[in-house]
Amino acid sequence: MRRRVTLSINGDAVTREVEPRLLLSDFIRHEAGLTGTHVGCEHGVCGACTIRLDGAPVRSCLIFAVQAEGHEVRTVESLGTPDALSVLQQAFRDAHGLQCGYCTPGILMTMTAFLEENPDPGEEAVRHALSGNLCRCTGYQHIVDAVLLAAKRLRETA
Amino acid sequence: METRQIGRPLTRNEDPRLLTGRALFVDDVELPGMLHAAFLRSPHARAAIRSIDTDAAKARAGVVAVITAEDLGEYWQPGPLLVPPPPIKGMVFRQRCQVPLAKGEVRHVGEPVVMVVAESRYVAEDAVGDIVVEYEPLPPVIGLEAALSSDSPRVHADLPDNIAADVHQAKGDYAAARAKAAHLIRRRFTYDRGASNPMETRGIVAQWDHKAEKLTVWDTTQAPVFIRNGLAAMLGLSERQVRVVAPFIGGGFGPKMMMFYPEEVLVPWMALRLDRPVKWIEDRLEHFTATTQERSQVHDCELALDARGKILGVRDDFLMDTGAYNPYGLTVPLNSQCTLLNCYDVPAYDSRFRAIYTNRTLVTPYRGAGRQHGIFVMERMLDAAARELGLDRAEIRRRNLIPADAFPYHNELIYQDFAPLTYDSGNYAPILDKALHAIGYAEFAAEKAKARAEGRHLGLGVVCYVEGTGIGPYEGAKVRVQASGKVTLATGVGTQGQGHFTSFAQVVAEQLGVDVRDVEVTTGDTDVFDWGAGTFASRGAVVTGSAAHGAAVEVRTKILKTAAEHFECAEADLVLADGAVSIAGVPENRITLGELARLANPMRGAVKPGTVPGLEATSYFGPQMGATAAGAHAMVIEIDAQTMRPTILRYVVVHDCGTVLNPLILSGQIQGGVAQGIGNAFFEELVWTDDGQLLNASLADYLLPTALDVPRMDVLHTETPSPLNPLGTKGAGEGGAIPVGALFAQAIEDALDLPARGIEVSEIPLSPSRLWEICNPSG
Amino acid sequence: MKPAPFDWHAPESVAEALALKARHGEDARFLAGGQSLVPAMNFRIAQPAVLVDLNRVAGLDAIAVGADGSLTIGAMARNAAIERHAGAVKSHPILAEALHEVAHPQVRNRGTLGGNLSHADPASEMPAVMLALAARFLIRSARGERQVAAAEFFLGPLTTALELDEMLAEIRLPPLPPRSGTAWLEIARRRGEYAMMGVAAVVTRDAAGICTAVRLACCSAGPTPMAAPKAAASLVGTKLTDADLAQAAALLKQEIAPTGSVQASPAYQRHLAGVIAARALATAWERAA
Repeated sequence: MRRRVTLSINGDAVTREVEPRLLLSDFIRHEAGLTGTHVGCEHGVCGACTIRLDGAPVRSCLIFAVQAEGHEVRTVESLGTPDALSVLQQAFRDAHGLQCGYCTPGILMTMTAFLEENPDPGEEAVRHALSGNLCRCTGYQHIVDAVLLAAKRLRETA
Repeated sequence: METRQIGRPLTRNEDPRLLTGRALFVDDVELPGMLHAAFLRSPHARAAIRSIDTDAAKARAGVVAVITAEDLGEYWQPGPLLVPPPPIKGMVFRQRCQVPLAKGEVRHVGEPVVMVVAESRYVAEDAVGDIVVEYEPLPPVIGLEAALSSDSPRVHADLPDNIAADVHQAKGDYAAARAKAAHLIRRRFTYDRGASNPMETRGIVAQWDHKAEKLTVWDTTQAPVFIRNGLAAMLGLSERQVRVVAPFIGGGFGPKMMMFYPEEVLVPWMALRLDRPVKWIEDRLEHFTATTQERSQVHDCELALDARGKILGVRDDFLMDTGAYNPYGLTVPLNSQCTLLNCYDVPAYDSRFRAIYTNRTLVTPYRGAGRQHGIFVMERMLDAAARELGLDRAEIRRRNLIPADAFPYHNELIYQDFAPLTYDSGNYAPILDKALHAIGYAEFAAEKAKARAEGRHLGLGVVCYVEGTGIGPYEGAKVRVQASGKVTLATGVGTQGQGHFTSFAQVVAEQLGVDVRDVEVTTGDTDVFDWGAGTFASRGAVVTGSAAHGAAVEVRTKILKTAAEHFECAEADLVLADGAVSIAGVPENRITLGELARLANPMRGAVKPGTVPGLEATSYFGPQMGATAAGAHAMVIEIDAQTMRPTILRYVVVHDCGTVLNPLILSGQIQGGVAQGIGNAFFEELVWTDDGQLLNASLADYLLPTALDVPRMDVLHTETPSPLNPLGTKGAGEGGAIPVGALFAQAIEDALDLPARGIEVSEIPLSPSRLWEICNPSG
Repeated sequence: MKPAPFDWHAPESVAEALALKARHGEDARFLAGGQSLVPAMNFRIAQPAVLVDLNRVAGLDAIAVGADGSLTIGAMARNAAIERHAGAVKSHPILAEALHEVAHPQVRNRGTLGGNLSHADPASEMPAVMLALAARFLIRSARGERQVAAAEFFLGPLTTALELDEMLAEIRLPPLPPRSGTAWLEIARRRGEYAMMGVAAVVTRDAAGICTAVRLACCSAGPTPMAAPKAAASLVGTKLTDADLAQAAALLKQEIAPTGSVQASPAYQRHLAGVIAARALATAWERAA
């Protein structure tokens, strides 16, 4: 029982025939070929698959692809490019906010939204916002530093 | 002018790709016609397999193959013994390695029984649900001490009991030390299991190109070269016909070093047999029982001290749960046995361990790899001794530190690398002093009293550790200057986030006078470089870094020789910097490295006899033994005495890993290690039933620390270079994780004044609930 | 971890959704935010043959504060929307306080209050909060509609008073009387995880500073969210002194029936209940001033 769906991902329309049970995370990665969104647990805890749905960060492993029709999906590929990183991405590089980089795209999508709503956050607020994204490599300190650094740079250029 | 590259806190070369979602991970490999595998795994810890009915699965639309052990024929073989035991006199070692698919009997929950290959992972999982296996459940072996009793069931029926290994090592004369001791301290400790849980689970993609007769395997392994060699042998192919790629790996931490996982054996075989690409990506549920784990040990320890608190000797006898199979030999228990001596001068040591087969998931090294158990035991013993002798806990440690003039210090044991356990270099007292100063040790008593007057419970912990790193056998590196002037470096190790693309580039750039951004590093692709052992035991920077250094030194020599011929001058008159060679004092007389590379690889004309083309060199480095890093951690914790919820208020790490290649990367390694140590000490616990069922196989129930659980920490360094390698460096991958259990135990005891109540913390992991039970034994 | 196959319907009206559910009966599940159901489906613990997706149904996500301070919340209102709704935060501040502990921001962006309550996990925060707030639930089916008090709604672990063809459509919270204070307090191993113990406290005092009403309810304290009426009643007429709180805490510990989990033994849970009930009551009392 496949259905034809058209999703808007990073502004591009992607049309595929899919089963209703196909997870949005699998659609993004294996149908649309946008493999920057990573899958870590498929039960909504680790946050690696976080994308933005109509602007709100959500777990793409807990949404069926068919449900996203008519909504705007944004993934890590919508941020900067290697030669022109976004302010947050650049701050992650400068502050060594990633090691293996597997959890990083989900964190970038979560914290990009966070910084839009919280331009001048304190460390505690950053840690709360991060608490839905697990990282096994960094111990979080450099991630927190990166987010605070990005917030500062964004305020300076605002 | 040469620019120092080693020691600079450079940002990483690999980050732009990772930050933009462009880095290739195994699950990102998409191939035309690709099939997907799923496994039916044992729901029982121990059971006889009576029958397997796969008919319905085979009949399902989209299913391509359903395979049991019987279908594998001659290909069904137990996995190789990965690490044979070192030659220790009188030891017992009984090897039983994992099998690709269970035959006759299942030995742990999660052991694969049937493999399904289908057009999608969704359909493959549907088909797994179609399979009917008739099991006869058998009583499992779960508890360590129960496993030793004569009426215990046996994990391997062909063995006389459940003992996988029985090893005794000694230094000096413990009996004599005991006889003259003023104090004898005896304690029992337990340290339970954890799971590595990298954010990326394991995964394998295999593709057979029948025209090129070549198998390509993308694997989340930490050891691509050995996977390549092993697969070629198993599949009857030449090594040239197999390419193993370990691309970007989403965290390793040890269990991705295990070889060969059943899936690693089966997926390539299937791809060959079906002549279609096959992908298997472990899901998180599988990870909890199918990926190796670590850490169940029970220690009975006795410490003999003189009246001043100087250690005269230690006796330790421990049991270690090795799980259902032991492909990794004795690495973990030997690490525990050897690391127990820590940074202290221990004249006499008598240590025995028995590794026990149980019907639980296999145990292989996971970050720390048994070292934390040894450190936990020694540090806890010293805390108990300090109380008995009325000594300050920092003072008893200081009195026992190996003095700075005693290096190299011989411990007279055989270590996991088969070499005698010798500490190459160290200077431990400044480490401890620095940690005490940074945490505010001298002022803490007043701070604690003040808080207590406000009803708050503060405790301080301070512990020391050593970390055996940078062991052999060897690694290699190939450095080449390209015609573009950029430099390539290839090594055989895989990379899982350690920043190899940057730190190795720094080592090469330092010699070749090029920009670190112009050194392109390739790791983990056997078609590019295929010698070496892998990334484990905190050895990447030490062993591979030293090989890269050696290769870069050779290339530098070639550059200068070629340039000297070009300029018709002496090499001593040349300056190599900024990607070019110039004549000293005549900077306009300059030739770029790219031009020199072209000169070294002429297209026409004659070369001198014996000329080796190109500005390229390959070098290998094998250390005579491991380099021993050391450090101290200190923290101040606050505990809600009613709920037992801890809050870490301050955390200090002082670490000495010799020469620092990149302080930014080093601090990240240490902070990440501490986070895993905190998880191990206070959050992460695998909860098993007596039937061998894992009760918390999800990330909602197995608690990895979050950003709210890991404190900001101060990471400080001392630098005592290692004499064992040209860089003077030591490994740093595991030190962060090793001492945290001991640190938590001590700080918690301090905060709640437990010793005064006759209570000690002698187990890890802790939880608020467990801590409350310890403090309220009557409920 | 991929879900089993199912048929998916995405009705656009409540009537259409109810008709679908009536037609498919026990084979069908409503899909609200999916933050509990989809993980269960990915683990294949849940394998519904039919999903009736409520995300396209109009008019189920309204949040409205009445003139009397009562609050109505549509079942499909996202938890994040409730948490940020200025009116709701003012009328019933315990909602936002407790929602802040529900999983993580990304989950609250998608999860709904109606879905959470219908899932009826006894370890979840919101069912206990509903008991403490004396919520009433509007339940609809093709046969009509009815109202059920929160106290009658939760029947057991993952079991509610909803019939197979019924949907929880709206949550109705009566106004808090003047001089009321509320507090949610929980102890979890890790923020955002299921609480080892959680307590909702609602207290009201009179102008003289005497307690006139108390409602207490706990999560992770038994097969359903557990109210503690005896503990609550013991406080009426007091000034919530430390001794009063200790007595109430002791009573509450007898009224609950924690079963233990991988994170906490039942004895520890019971101990925690007493500790945090006293703290939550003290906080609510302060806020009632």
